[in-house]
Amino acid sequence: MENLEALADEASQKIQAASDPRALDDVRVAYLGKKGAITALLKGLGGLSAEERPKAGAEINRVKALLSDQIHARKSDLENAAVAEKLAKETIDVTLPGRGVDGGGLHPVTRTIERIEAFFGSIGFESVEGPEIEDDYHNFEALNIPAHHPARAMHDTFYVSDNTVLRTHTSPVQVRVMEEREPPLKVICPGRVYRCDSDLTHTPMFHQVEGLLISQDSSFADLKGLIESFLRAFFEKELAVRFRPSYFPFTEPSAEVDIQCVICGGDGCRVCSQTGWIEIMGCGMVHPKVFEYSNIDPDKYSGFAFGMGVERLSMLRYGVNDLRLFFESDLQFLRQFA
Amino acid sequence: MKFSEQWLREWVNPELSTQELADQITMAGLEVDAIEAVAGDFSGVIVGEILAAEQHPDADKLRVCKVSDGKDEFQVVCGAPNARAGIKVPFAMVGAVLPGNFKIKKAKLRGVESFGMLCGPDELELGESTGGLMELSPEVQVGQNLRDALGLDDKLIELGLTPNRADCLSIRGIARDVAVLNGLEIKTPDCAPVAAVNDDQREITIEAEADCPRYCGRVIRNIDITRPSPVWLQEKLRRAGLRSIDAVVDVTNYILLELGQPLHGFDLAKLDGGIRVRLAEQGEKLTLLDGQELELRADSLVIADEKKALALAGIMGGKESAVGESTKDIFLESAFFAPEKLAGRARSYGLHTDSSHRFERGVDYELPLQAIERATRLITEIVGGEAGPVVERATSHLPEPQQISLREARIEKMLAMPVPAKRVEAILTGLGLTVQSADGGWTTTTPSWRFDLAIEVDLLEELARIVGYNNLPVKPITGSLEITAVPEGRVGVGDVRRRMTALGYQEAITYSFVDPVWQKAMFPGVEAVSLINPISADLADMRLSHWPGLLKAVAHNLNRQQSRVRLFETGLCFIPGESGLQQEATLSAVLTGNRTPESWHGKGERVDFFDAKGDLESLLTLVAGRDYRFEAAEHTALHPGQSARILLNGEEVGHIGALHPSLSKQFDLEQAVYLFEIKLAAITERQVPVFHTPSRYPEVRRDLAVVVDRAVAAQSLLDMARKAAGEHLVNLNLFDIYEGEGIDPQRKSLAIGLTYRDSSRTLNEEEVNESVGHVIRALEEGFGATLRN
Repeated sequence: MENLEALADEASQKIQAASDPRALDDVRVAYLGKKGAITALLKGLGGLSAEERPKAGAEINRVKALLSDQIHARKSDLENAAVAEKLAKETIDVTLPGRGVDGGGLHPVTRTIERIEAFFGSIGFESVEGPEIEDDYHNFEALNIPAHHPARAMHDTFYVSDNTVLRTHTSPVQVRVMEEREPPLKVICPGRVYRCDSDLTHTPMFHQVEGLLISQDSSFADLKGLIESFLRAFFEKELAVRFRPSYFPFTEPSAEVDIQCVICGGDGCRVCSQTGWIEIMGCGMVHPKVFEYSNIDPDKYSGFAFGMGVERLSMLRYGVNDLRLFFESDLQFLRQFA
Repeated sequence: MKFSEQWLREWVNPELSTQELADQITMAGLEVDAIEAVAGDFSGVIVGEILAAEQHPDADKLRVCKVSDGKDEFQVVCGAPNARAGIKVPFAMVGAVLPGNFKIKKAKLRGVESFGMLCGPDELELGESTGGLMELSPEVQVGQNLRDALGLDDKLIELGLTPNRADCLSIRGIARDVAVLNGLEIKTPDCAPVAAVNDDQREITIEAEADCPRYCGRVIRNIDITRPSPVWLQEKLRRAGLRSIDAVVDVTNYILLELGQPLHGFDLAKLDGGIRVRLAEQGEKLTLLDGQELELRADSLVIADEKKALALAGIMGGKESAVGESTKDIFLESAFFAPEKLAGRARSYGLHTDSSHRFERGVDYELPLQAIERATRLITEIVGGEAGPVVERATSHLPEPQQISLREARIEKMLAMPVPAKRVEAILTGLGLTVQSADGGWTTTTPSWRFDLAIEVDLLEELARIVGYNNLPVKPITGSLEITAVPEGRVGVGDVRRRMTALGYQEAITYSFVDPVWQKAMFPGVEAVSLINPISADLADMRLSHWPGLLKAVAHNLNRQQSRVRLFETGLCFIPGESGLQQEATLSAVLTGNRTPESWHGKGERVDFFDAKGDLESLLTLVAGRDYRFEAAEHTALHPGQSARILLNGEEVGHIGALHPSLSKQFDLEQAVYLFEIKLAAITERQVPVFHTPSRYPEVRRDLAVVVDRAVAAQSLLDMARKAAGEHLVNLNLFDIYEGEGIDPQRKSLAIGLTYRDSSRTLNEEEVNESVGHVIRALEEGFGATLRN
């Protein structure tokens, strides 16, 4: 049996020395395989006496089990090492940038219109669009601006023909809504408008959002309430808001709305021309003549309309200092709003 | 409208600071645009008189002047070319401080001592430089402080008046509003009749009765036109930006500013007989005061004598009959021209004058008589003369006061607050209306100067304005919570935009008017809508497509070191058609440069047609379930071999392709550019999903490689395969294209995968084989396809 111990030691050393699964398997075959040394010993048990046989058998089986365990353990170690090596090989620099596409972004004017639409949409205003090449009737006449009315000089109009213009405001969309639907009405009309004017602070095309609410009992107080809430929601600030009498042929009473300057907080700066106030939008109660043009009874219904310049709101919101940037499509500018 | 605060305060003087006054009128609807000082901040400047002016011994351009302050004489060296003996000028004495804190000290100029400085208007911030000294009126008293002499402690207030408030185009008008706002009375100047000293008059005939409802005229003889206007008058005109010309012109300008009545003075000697107010004869010639010779249209109102047109009524006088240096006798005109008749007429001749500005908006029709009396008084005070009687003609077209009923209940409804009856009456009366109580409200009559008051709501606005908009209540918005259907089949343009940004496109907004040169190059033969009055020649035509604008944007960015550009735009295109102009909402995109941003991976491959198409297809998945097809089709702006049209249910809805290389060259785009464009209507409607039970049975796939002519479009081959395969085909996929070795060079191999499945059973071999057989035969027959070995 000394032979068995020596054999076990020798096998153990070979197991530990096996450096890969194949070498380990060779060791297993050499000792525990069908023709292996340990197996041969078991086969040799037949040559022993009946008294010796159980003891010797037990010894050999003990060694066999021991070696088998050692092989398993070694196999597991080798596998773990192989996995570890594979993982090490597969290690990458996770700080390298990913392979995805870079996203684009919306134009600041679109962002601003969407904000306005979200506010008015949440209180039931529907967003409506209309033609940009508009007839004189809808752009002017139905809004109580007859031919040669001095108010036409307030609109530097682009003409396509004698009685066709590029709309100078989105109010004609309101006229179309009043023609097609019955009150009560709650709509806003965003879109491009055109004025024949181009300098540092004017572009020949810009955007407006105009709104119209008609019901049986709207008053100037409702208009004030709506506009104040909107402006505070838009700028996310408890701004001071003031209403100033003004003139639009399609509303009466008419008002210009000023907000406390969002740049200087009302202390006076270049943006507000040192007044602390910024003119932000126009509004008023719908003029009875406008109702008459659209066959709405001014004694039964009252309503109000308001309009704002989108670029102006956008400039104040994001601090853009040059109106013309909106239409240059420069990626350096556009990407800031992604 | 710019006015002097001092002048206003002569009429009505509330106890308010300049700023308070400005705020008050702004909040009453007369918006103050600017307040500026009449003069700069200076002190120690007096009226000096140059007694003598001699050449400086050592400097050609300097003069050594003897200047009097009324008591003493001072030596002052001066460089002004108009420095000469006998004139009165601003004299900044030693110790004076000029604007900019510039202190005047004793100085030596080229060796000659100078005690003070003689000033030009710019140096005192009184006006633009005249290139010399400011010459003061001979009337001013030498030695008097200049600020007192000219009344310079005054502010100019500039109003941005709305077109309805023509009544405020005068000191009188503004004073009326200020008086009502402060509960004060206005001080009216003397407009009492000036008695005629003779019976000298000219006959007046109004032929165009509707255009000129009232005309007053008066002869004044023997004036001395050489007598200058007094300082106070010159100063008031200067502050309104008007130069003193002669007393007659100055007084008419003054009355225009003060009362708002445009007047005109004719040289009586130039008039042939009486005055005729008539329409012009077509083509009649008239040379205006500014020297412009007009050929008149028959719709234009003129003031004429018995032989010729003298003036363009209400717009500008004629040169021929103007008052000048030799004028001895004048004919003074004060009229009312109908605003609706005069509107637009000045502009039709390219003119805009203080007079036309007022008449177009409406001048008080009762004012002409008062104004002519006040003008007569001022003129005769300044230049003497003998006034004849006023001749007045009026027609039946003279406006009449409007009767407007005001319902008390309506005030509360519109303003959401009651206004006490006393307050209502006080406000309206203060504004010049006559007010009488009536059942449930009032009956009012409008004053002759308020053309903007005609209906009840006009009065409501007046009440709101005077009460103050900020004193009116504010109500939170309320309403019934109605739930409206949100159509699930509609894809919002917002969803479309977001898909584009997710695909890496940046939204652009380009002008709707484009460069006709670019557009014509891209769409030859299409007649775009042109603007009659474009802002510039390169923004003259309405866009037929977003492409011209987007390409300009690409060029802009390529010129700024941006080589990878992806832009999209949504908005209307303006497409003329047989059924009229279509204003078509469209989405367009442009891409150029690398497929992905420069990075450590990839090789910087350039985009090609299939990047554009892939993006467009991704967009189309928003409206899954609709039948889109791409079909090779030429387009004038696109590469003829890389251009397709997009069909929806057989109808063309867009185009995609590579920009035509010749256009790339013309537009200086040095890299390939890909474009697509699709009508928004085609991608904003989708099907609401309809459920199908998923099949529990396995699918069977067969792959085929067929060889066909290179010209065969893959789409048509797939269409035919699909049709031939029958109802169990659930998917058809083109997974490989091969051309080259082993294949006839005129042909290509297409590998297609056919996937079959039934929802209720497992398909058997024979069924699938039969279908594949149909496909092979159909492709053989349709395209001469052969199976690839």
